[in-house]
Amino acid sequence: MKLYDYVLSGNCYKIRLLLDFLELSHEKRAVDFFPGREHKSDEFLQINPLGQIPVLEDDGAYIRDAQAILVYLASRYDPTATWWPVNDPSELGRVAQWLAFADSITSTASAARLHDVLGYDLDVAQARAGAHRLFRILDDHLANQELQGFNWIAGSNPTVADIACFPYVALAGDGGIELFYYPAIQRWIRRFVNLPRFKLMPGINIFD
Amino acid sequence: MTLDTFTRSQWYAIGRLPDFDGAEAKPVRLLSQDLTVSDKAGVLSVNDADGRSLLTQIRYGHLWTTLSDTPRPLYDMPEFDEPDRRLVTAGGVGVRCSGLRCVENFLDMAHFPFVHTDILGVEEHPSVESYDVSMDAEKDEIWATKCKFFQPMASAAASGGQITEYKYRVPHPYSTILYKTCPIRDNVWDLVGLFIQPVEEDECIVHSFILVFDDENTDTGLLHFQQNIFLQDRMILENQVPRKLPLDPRWELPTRADASSIAYRRWLKANELQWGVALFNEAA
Repeated sequence: MKLYDYVLSGNCYKIRLLLDFLELSHEKRAVDFFPGREHKSDEFLQINPLGQIPVLEDDGAYIRDAQAILVYLASRYDPTATWWPVNDPSELGRVAQWLAFADSITSTASAARLHDVLGYDLDVAQARAGAHRLFRILDDHLANQELQGFNWIAGSNPTVADIACFPYVALAGDGGIELFYYPAIQRWIRRFVNLPRFKLMPGINIFD
Repeated sequence: MTLDTFTRSQWYAIGRLPDFDGAEAKPVRLLSQDLTVSDKAGVLSVNDADGRSLLTQIRYGHLWTTLSDTPRPLYDMPEFDEPDRRLVTAGGVGVRCSGLRCVENFLDMAHFPFVHTDILGVEEHPSVESYDVSMDAEKDEIWATKCKFFQPMASAAASGGQITEYKYRVPHPYSTILYKTCPIRDNVWDLVGLFIQPVEEDECIVHSFILVFDDENTDTGLLHFQQNIFLQDRMILENQVPRKLPLDPRWELPTRADASSIAYRRWLKANELQWGVALFNEAA
């Protein structure tokens, strides 16, 4: 199994997290996303015509899109079926719903980070405002979950929904987005970083 | 704050050469001024907002420019001409603090175990042994030598923990270079350095490079190692208050471990550097 990886990418970090959580042996192929833009090279476009990372190569097939890779890995390699809870349709529905939400976080919070860290030319005020709108929704949701005794986005166990939402929320400070106003998100981040086999990525501020 | 002579008279790296391929008046910000870079048939030119053409030179994998008509010469790094070395340029990373703060952080070994945990330091070995700091009066630059630190993974080529010996060099208010023991060759130094582009007094873009002997890692592997380390620094840098560099001794008390930082601040003061410096009376 091979992960096309960029060390500063939150979307690649999602896959690294799940590979570690599931203790799956794999190799990494470092992609020069910045400054080399290797993901837009002809060679890489053969692997993913969208020109995006991460890509996972497994059993001769290429899987693209961070959320799709999470679903694939959890479905295939998690014998407990908790990360992608196929045996509980209502929980599965909630997980899928928050996977879509994670994509919106990428297009806002991650965009602000690309602007601030790597100098991408985009409307950073709009990106930050969009991120704050989503974080308010996530913070309310996590607070409600806590009131019902649930520590995680979709229920009592961490799922791929938590992994999909975690990186660009936890890295928001890199893009000038303060998490100060989101106490339930801060508590959720603390729980997340204490998961077994969790590995930190630079830019993540642990609130303690 | 107006631009002081020392700051104004320097050359500044504003990007890697490939960053300007086919550029047509590509905007670049330097020292609170809007500049543009253009690529005409492979020749790069830099203009200021009034259309004045600025001096340029291409060195160390980057395009350099200056606001001065009579700049101080750019410092020499003869290692760039040595065969077999590999140069990896890591691209510009934006940081919301004075570039002077980035230089000072780079010189500080005390943060290794806590910021670069299990890579450049381990929490069990936090102490910084004393080292020598000297001024090269002829070249007007600072050297910190005989720096030693236990590092579990000193570079991408390292296969285990080692006592790494370091030398630090500050030849320019916004540049600093680290010379570190090469893990795979005797009696040579690997170089890691920062060319900082001061954007505003409290904002900068850090262009970094590594120039190493390494038979094992791909260029992209080296790049990832370097960028990972720098992003760890970036978060610390952005949390420093104030964002400009305090030079007033009433403000921050350096300790012995900060000998290179003391020398750096003293050197900036001796050269009457003001741009990017926090004033004590602004503190309240």
